[in-house]
Amino acid sequence: MELILSLGIGVLTGSGVWLLLRPRTFQVIVGLSLLSYAVNLFIFSTGGLRTGAAPILEGGRAGTLAMHADPVPQALVLTAIVIGFATTALFLVLLLAARGLTGTDHVDGKESGR
Amino acid sequence: MPDALPLLIAIALPFAGAAAAGLLPTHARNAAAYLAGGVTLIGLAMVWAAYPTVSAGGVLRLSATWMPSLGLDFSLRMDGFAWLFAGLVFGVGALVVVYARYYMAAEDPVPRFFAFLLAFMGSMTGVVLSGNLIQLAFFWELTSLFSFLLIGYWHHAAAARDGARMALTVTATGGLCLFAGVLILGHIVGSYDLDAVLAAGGRIRAHPLYLPALVLILLGALTKSAQFPFHFWLPHAMAAPTPVSAYLHSATLVKAGIFLMARLWPVLAGTEAWFWIVGSAGLATLLLGAYIAIFQHDLKGLLAYSTISHLGLITLLLGFNSELAMVAAIFHVINHATFKASLFMAAGIIDHETGTRDIRRLSGLNRFMPFTARLALIAAGAMAGVPLLNGFLSKEMFFAEALSAKDPLPVFFDVLPVAAMVASAFSVAYSLRFIHGTFFGPDPVGLPHEPHEPPAWMRFPVEVLVLACIVIGILPAATVGPYLDMAARAALGAATPDYSLAVWHGFNLPLVMSMAAFAAGLILYRLLQSHLAKGIEGPPLIRSLEGRRMFERTMVFLSWRLARTAEGLLGTRRLQPQLRLVVTAAVLAGGWTVWSRGVGPGNLAPSGIDPVLALIWLLGAACALGAAWQAKFHRLAALIMLGGTGLVVCVTFVWFSAPDLALTQLLVEVVTTILLLLGLRWLPKRMDTPGSRGSEAVTLTRRLRDLGIAAAAGAGMAGLAFGVMTRFPPELLARHFLELAYSEGGGTNVVNVILVDFRGFDTMGEIAVLGVVAMTAYALLRRFRPASDSVDVPEQQRDQSAFDASRPDRKDGDTVADWLFIPSLIARLLFPVILLVALFLLLRGHDLPGGGFAAGLTVAIAMILQYMFGGTQWVEARLRVLPMRWMGIGLLLAAGTGLGAWVAGRPFLTSYFAYSQIPVLGKIPVASALLFDIGVFALVVGATILMLIALARQSLRGHRVAAPRLPEVPAVPEPVPTPVGETAVGDD
Repeated sequence: MELILSLGIGVLTGSGVWLLLRPRTFQVIVGLSLLSYAVNLFIFSTGGLRTGAAPILEGGRAGTLAMHADPVPQALVLTAIVIGFATTALFLVLLLAARGLTGTDHVDGKESGR
Repeated sequence: MPDALPLLIAIALPFAGAAAAGLLPTHARNAAAYLAGGVTLIGLAMVWAAYPTVSAGGVLRLSATWMPSLGLDFSLRMDGFAWLFAGLVFGVGALVVVYARYYMAAEDPVPRFFAFLLAFMGSMTGVVLSGNLIQLAFFWELTSLFSFLLIGYWHHAAAARDGARMALTVTATGGLCLFAGVLILGHIVGSYDLDAVLAAGGRIRAHPLYLPALVLILLGALTKSAQFPFHFWLPHAMAAPTPVSAYLHSATLVKAGIFLMARLWPVLAGTEAWFWIVGSAGLATLLLGAYIAIFQHDLKGLLAYSTISHLGLITLLLGFNSELAMVAAIFHVINHATFKASLFMAAGIIDHETGTRDIRRLSGLNRFMPFTARLALIAAGAMAGVPLLNGFLSKEMFFAEALSAKDPLPVFFDVLPVAAMVASAFSVAYSLRFIHGTFFGPDPVGLPHEPHEPPAWMRFPVEVLVLACIVIGILPAATVGPYLDMAARAALGAATPDYSLAVWHGFNLPLVMSMAAFAAGLILYRLLQSHLAKGIEGPPLIRSLEGRRMFERTMVFLSWRLARTAEGLLGTRRLQPQLRLVVTAAVLAGGWTVWSRGVGPGNLAPSGIDPVLALIWLLGAACALGAAWQAKFHRLAALIMLGGTGLVVCVTFVWFSAPDLALTQLLVEVVTTILLLLGLRWLPKRMDTPGSRGSEAVTLTRRLRDLGIAAAAGAGMAGLAFGVMTRFPPELLARHFLELAYSEGGGTNVVNVILVDFRGFDTMGEIAVLGVVAMTAYALLRRFRPASDSVDVPEQQRDQSAFDASRPDRKDGDTVADWLFIPSLIARLLFPVILLVALFLLLRGHDLPGGGFAAGLTVAIAMILQYMFGGTQWVEARLRVLPMRWMGIGLLLAAGTGLGAWVAGRPFLTSYFAYSQIPVLGKIPVASALLFDIGVFALVVGATILMLIALARQSLRGHRVAAPRLPEVPAVPEPVPTPVGETAVGDD
């Protein structure tokens, strides 16, 4: 399982970085989304991969790590997902505003003179 | 300590007065003057009230904790030495206030002037009364700041702005050096307390860090006191109103450097390094300032260079490493303050009453303003060191010290007295020039005003100061004697030498030197007559050695050329190279760490591979690669594949025991996709036309390089992730949270308890960020202008409209309504259901997967579904959403819950909880954390809806902009939607 997930993270990162280095704003926004998936999964995986051990306590007893998955990376990733959404939204609006102002969707606001 | 109360008043009152003066109406000249005068007189009274204690050798102290974690106290300390300077600050200050009332024109914003002046006075008092070196450095920088504001008071004049900027640059840079030096000093001593530092002289001088500390502190003092080579800012500061010059450049600002050197004299002086640095700076300044002063044509310029020269004299005295010289230095501080302040004021009177300060245009004023002329004559006499005036006494002491100075290099023995005499001769020459050039000779011609005596009160401060010059000059021991003695004893302690303050010390070598200097000065002035009459700017021989030009050249180099060169070499304005660099650096840093530390197997065996998850991830990876491949020419396809990857991530969360994450991810996925879909409409069409990308070879190289970087980053992350996952996870925090979640947080969903309780403060910060982002997006969209090629109504819509227009039984918009009829019906039916689900998620969030974030996103989705299928106008005609209000309520609720804990006497955001039985719903937690979660919920609803709606409404705007440009489209303007409160994205 660890192998699958780490390969998955690798593919997401690679695709994300590739898009990050592209010249069009839409490519970059998709790349950032892919990268944030990868990073969220990575942070999540630092707690270890456990099946059937959701950090939901039963009947008000104190939990242990033997029974439940690590809740800390989950809490971190939950906020990261929401903040990731906020940055994607902000970037999208910036992208549109820049496109409106400069007339191009190149990341530099002007077509590169190559 | 009640008897230390005067200190507090003396330091706080000027600042309070400054604030009050700043609030006065712009032209309340008299009110501001009375206020400033009152504050200054009270300050003077406070200083006087401290005299009995201080004169008995006592020290007034007042301290309060400031930053206890750093061991810093706010402490005030007044001994005899500080008393003398505080007296100068308030005494000269009072006279300057009176003078300024008459000097400043009625049309100037005078309250502002007095506000700055009082604030400066407070800062200066802070410098002299600080009992702590950090605090001293703080007030020191405040004096730089307020002197900047005072010098630049007439900010409409370029000279004032430039002069102010130069003064600030030089003195504030020096202040930073001083701060660094003080930190070193504190490190050596182990305390920043002035008493502790003064008691540790021997230890400081023997410490290896002594020299760096000394150099840094002296850089601060020498820049402030305008010592060579930092002297050039002072003449340019003469662009200030004359009362400012009289105050800052005679008695206060420039004396701060002297004060500091004298204050730390017992600690830092006595070494060769001190002698060479302080002594040579003082000597160079003394000679250079006096020489340049002779050739100044501007009265204030002459006084400025003379001030530089006299400050050099005091610095030189401090550099002699002799206690007697130290006494002479303190004495000259007093004398210089009196005669130079009065001379500045006299120059100001001349300027005020004649309209010019140029010596070449002035002459014969003695006949027009005889009284002022006599006052100026006496003050200039004191400056030149004429017997029976105070300047003479300290000059005699200076000569005696120059003769007896013990310096390490024997050659210097002969240089010092000669240099002292030369400088003295120069000072006689420029004093003569000031008096003779201005008041004697033929009547002036072509002056802007007809000269006459100033108002009596304007002359009053000059009279007081000149009287002081005479009285001190004739009866030194009876007048200034006790104060000088007190200051010297406070500064030097037991090492205070015996000295005699008398006018006549017999016929000795200093007197001979004095006489010789007078003669030489007279002859020099006589010889220079023809040269001065030519009116050439600048002093001969060293005209090119102008400090200002060097300063400007340095500034241009630093702030322009160096920056530009560095930017050209190291920077780029293009995003792609920057990102390439960032990613490459990250990859290399990660790789280097692994390479240097080595890689070993983890302590966990990888678990077996489940074919289902493997298949799912095969799909996820394919989607990610597909999105990367298609994002340029097929955006919609890329977006769909991005969503596919998101779903795979979501499934992964479910698989590995993270239901909350899966829920949130799923909802965010929906909202993000809708957002991006809304954005797609405004992006340009992009067709893959061959040959449009320039040279194939270049493109291919670039792509291969990026592919390499991407592959390296991906491989690195994969390896890193695998390494992390096969190691036993650290468990400290997790165990703590799992154990305490129910007993302290009152919830069984540990992730939610962490978010709203244990780390509630982080969550509050996070929702604040979300709110800020939403408002930023909203603000950006208010000013949104679509690009010209996106303005047109989309092709599909045009087809629909054309179809509707061609049928007589249809009206515009029918097709789309028909087409979306079933989805919109379903969406309407689902609306209450989704809201109920949201409520369910919100309420159970503390115990089971759900919570404010998930619930908020669900409500937002319910709303946006209506927008998508019903259309913006249909929804807004029926539903009033006020996203801003939702956000405000959410933030207030979250913060209020936190503050509630404060009211109950607990730390911020401590939660309270209980379970209550509610009919039908069953047992639900009624924790204060639920209130907090409702706050989160409300903010998420508001923020998400605000962004989505703002973006969705852009299509309405697009129509309106487009309509007049497209004749083929029926010219039916889109009906203006009814205003819907805050959701209305303004049309500017």
